[in-house]
Amino acid sequence: MASNLIEVGVSLIFLTALAIPLGKYLVLVYGGQPTGLTRWVSPAERFFYKLSNIDATEEMPSKVYIRDFLVFNLWGIVVLFLIQVFQDKLPLNPQHFSAVPWDLALNTAVSFVTNTNWQSYGGETTMSYLTQMLGLTVQNFVSAAVGMAACAAFLRGFVRHSTEAIGNFWVDLTRGVLYVLLPLSVVFAVFLVSQGVVQTFKPYVSVQTLELQNQSIAVGPAASQIAVKQVGSNGGGFFNVNSSHPFENPTPLSNFFETMAILLIPFAFPIFLGEFLKKRKEGWAVFLAMLILFLVGLGAALFFESQGNPILKNSGIHNGLNMEGKEVRFGIVPSVYWEAATTVTSNGSVNAMHDSFSPIAGLVAMFNIAIGEVIFGGVGVGLIGMLFYAILALFIIGLMIGRTPELYGKKLGASEMVMTVVAIVFPCVTLLALTAVAVALPVGLAGLNNAGPHGFSEIFYAYASGIGNNGSAFAGLTTNTPFYNLTLVAAMLVGRFATIVPALVIAGSLAQKKISPENRATLPTASPVFVGILCVTVVVIGALTFFPAFTIGPVLEHFQMTAGKLF
Amino acid sequence: MLTIVLRPLFVLFLFSVLTGVVYPLFITGLGQSFFPRQANGSLLWQGGKPVGSELIAQPFSKARYFQGRPSAVDQITANSGASNYGPTSAKLMDSLKERIAAVVRSNPLADKENLPADLVLTSGSGLDPHLSPKAALLQADRIARARRITKESVIALITKNVEQKQAGFLGAERVNVLKLNLALDAMKGAVDE
Repeated sequence: MASNLIEVGVSLIFLTALAIPLGKYLVLVYGGQPTGLTRWVSPAERFFYKLSNIDATEEMPSKVYIRDFLVFNLWGIVVLFLIQVFQDKLPLNPQHFSAVPWDLALNTAVSFVTNTNWQSYGGETTMSYLTQMLGLTVQNFVSAAVGMAACAAFLRGFVRHSTEAIGNFWVDLTRGVLYVLLPLSVVFAVFLVSQGVVQTFKPYVSVQTLELQNQSIAVGPAASQIAVKQVGSNGGGFFNVNSSHPFENPTPLSNFFETMAILLIPFAFPIFLGEFLKKRKEGWAVFLAMLILFLVGLGAALFFESQGNPILKNSGIHNGLNMEGKEVRFGIVPSVYWEAATTVTSNGSVNAMHDSFSPIAGLVAMFNIAIGEVIFGGVGVGLIGMLFYAILALFIIGLMIGRTPELYGKKLGASEMVMTVVAIVFPCVTLLALTAVAVALPVGLAGLNNAGPHGFSEIFYAYASGIGNNGSAFAGLTTNTPFYNLTLVAAMLVGRFATIVPALVIAGSLAQKKISPENRATLPTASPVFVGILCVTVVVIGALTFFPAFTIGPVLEHFQMTAGKLF
Repeated sequence: MLTIVLRPLFVLFLFSVLTGVVYPLFITGLGQSFFPRQANGSLLWQGGKPVGSELIAQPFSKARYFQGRPSAVDQITANSGASNYGPTSAKLMDSLKERIAAVVRSNPLADKENLPADLVLTSGSGLDPHLSPKAALLQADRIARARRITKESVIALITKNVEQKQAGFLGAERVNVLKLNLALDAMKGAVDE
């Protein structure tokens, strides 16, 4: 236990140390400046622009930025859908998988384009190698790059004044892939292969076991996809059980770096904020608020998970240690650390089954996701979400002291407030509404794997994960049905577009405003008070919105478990 | 207008070529050149034939072999999966009772008040290739009888095969079940049934 807590501490120190140079690097990437990689990458970059006839110096107003973003994502969904429904006629399908049914194909297409990577399927029994690489891996890259681009454009709204231009979508997208995601993924993928992650185009391996049975072992081009799934807040596994599969996460060392890869770019974004706005302290204030919220949740989850399950203890298991759904090579602490990391960010990959965690550890995951994954959050979009909460907090304070709220030198008017409220409230309402519908309908209840309060948690978690674009699951729930596939499509679309579109609208409106000089009445956004206000706003909004749901789900289950009650 | 609709598709095409074809092929090239054993599934061999993967569990039912963790899937098919039973699941406790009874019945060393959790609870992947050293040790007596060797030699074999925490603080102590069983088969003086 103690040495595993060292693992968590070392990981957090490494991450913070790496976030600083990476945050500064992001300023160069999205500022269009030369970086250390320019010599190797810029020929490819210029070739990209030339082929697609893009003028890299041309900037866009927010309307054009939003339009190009939407059309690009629409094509992404169409192409990924078509690859799946025609995979039986396409090459690189050594296991001869049949075409993916339309409702599952639509769910998966929307899921990967929105950076959710919810999986109603098991990779090694459903998707051909071609679908995995040409379909899913591609969206792993571009959906992450879109999130980072949106954040860069959002922040330009604060830096600039008296202009409509918030950047060029194609340039932001291309630079995000070429300068950030691809180099990180190449290095990481090679490391993963060295640890035992498979990377081959050969068919599944057949062996005769020691007890003379024929065993079929699933392989494939996994490492290339797993690297980017971790780095880009994607989370969609190559295999059914994601990173608990030994071919996705073979060693404690691979687990250590995969957990860090989940958090690396999200840790760098608040630093990027500080550097990009030339307000370094403000960046650290946001970082600190995120870190505090992360550690409180992680601490609670670690405490309750390591208490064990009294029901297991009574059955005869040493200390009631909850190893159900966990792997021996990781053990309790690294499993819980991953669970917290993957739910504060919008990653959603897992190295242990969230459905089988203790109720309070499950509650922490649900809270992290349901508040919108703003604690570090998904690449780019996490910081956007946290700044929505900052805007909301400043608005509430502004009301109390009778002043126009201001963030980073920009006055926040009615239109910014409307967009912020849309971005915070619309997903929450959708989440509660969809959960209520599913709980009320026989088709919703049909997929349950657990009864009692845990069954409610399974349904709530599914929609929270869809709307948060997380992708992790209480995976006992059978969601490969038209009802769940289609309602989750709605959830994922709401979660993605109700974050990015309002952010870009706000960026466009802020970019036109003058930068107002700081005065004595400006609430300092680099103070401990601000850090506190930000944390409280996130917790209060989350608590007010979801307290009833948490009560009838994980909280109730916790007390039932303590009382030894089974369902 | 046409540019507005078609440029995004063309950009997607370019990224598909780069990240969907060139990138995975490049990684495959590097992986197959520098780490061919790992890239192809870390296979283990006995008598010139592959008998399984070091990283993927295979079913063992005979008394003379170490048995790995219970699994929610059939390990001989190319599939992975977990029970996904929650902490108050009656189904989990029912199957747990049966597994505990089976373990206690066939292993005289098992303390039924204090069983190692990993031996009776299903893993996350359904393919967990490891056991905790404790879960292996309590099978020593059964295996020694089935193979007509001393219990001490089995315990020594387990101790020799314990994999420590990586770098001293990462993950957990463990033994690899398939490697352990291969080592059993390779032991001198072992008598076949």
